Amino acid sequence: MKFSDFVANDAVRSHVHAATKEGVIREMAQSLVDAGKIAPGDLEGIVKAIMKREDLGSTGIGRGVAVPHTKHPSVNKLVGTVAVSQQGIDFQSLDGEPVQLFFLLVSPPDRPGDHLRALENISRQLRDDSFCRLLKAAKEPVDIQHLLEEADSHGVVS
Amino acid sequence: MNARSPESVRDAAGGLQQEETISREVVVVNAAGLHARPADLLAREARKWQSRIAFVNDSQRADGKSILELLTLAAEAGTRLVVEATGPDAREALDAIGSLFESRFNEHENDQES
Repeated sequence: MKFSDFVANDAVRSHVHAATKEGVIREMAQSLVDAGKIAPGDLEGIVKAIMKREDLGSTGIGRGVAVPHTKHPSVNKLVGTVAVSQQGIDFQSLDGEPVQLFFLLVSPPDRPGDHLRALENISRQLRDDSFCRLLKAAKEPVDIQHLLEEADSHGVVS
Repeated sequence: MNARSPESVRDAAGGLQQEETISREVVVVNAAGLHARPADLLAREARKWQSRIAFVNDSQRADGKSILELLTLAAEAGTRLVVEATGPDAREALDAIGSLFESRFNEHENDQES
């Protein structure tokens, strides 16, 4: 699976304003509403579901990266977005480091395989240090979009 | 490096000890597969042990102590993986990791959370 298969380009953000875990999740979910990927009426339910998942264990997987996510019946295909926090946010990550790079995923409840393949793509690309560093240094959403496109075309695609 | 061959390493006291790799097969039995939470559980368990731990599928190896690497396996329900452990507590580490798979990572199939 490629980033272009699930990342909503219009929802990508290079400078999130939020300074808290729930704040950044809400801001990213709102960006998916603004991009027309989720319905405004589903925003609260999706934010709550993602926070409930975080209560089971942080999705801050280390290296300044988090993958907040949930299943939600309102989507019929996997949707996601990418955001960067310039200052970093305390996400109770495994390694204790603040998180700068966020990949938010909302997947249909009956498609666990798609969710796995999106996580696989994200984690495989993030093993590339320069990809990670360049994403965190993005000045504009378009910089992130270009990096994702580059990863899609030059990365090892399985 | 051939992971199967015994390696000579110096232990804490400076003496030489033999390290052998032992392995076992595990099966992903929970419906959601090896997603973020199981990867977190596995990496936490693997880090409790001194031994090096690797998960191997048909095409790749993943460091068992790295969530990021475990997620690159994209192991769906039904996937068979080989777990290899190399070090002084390899046997105990494999048992503990095997138990996590057998307990379906404590997931109930009707959970909405992933």
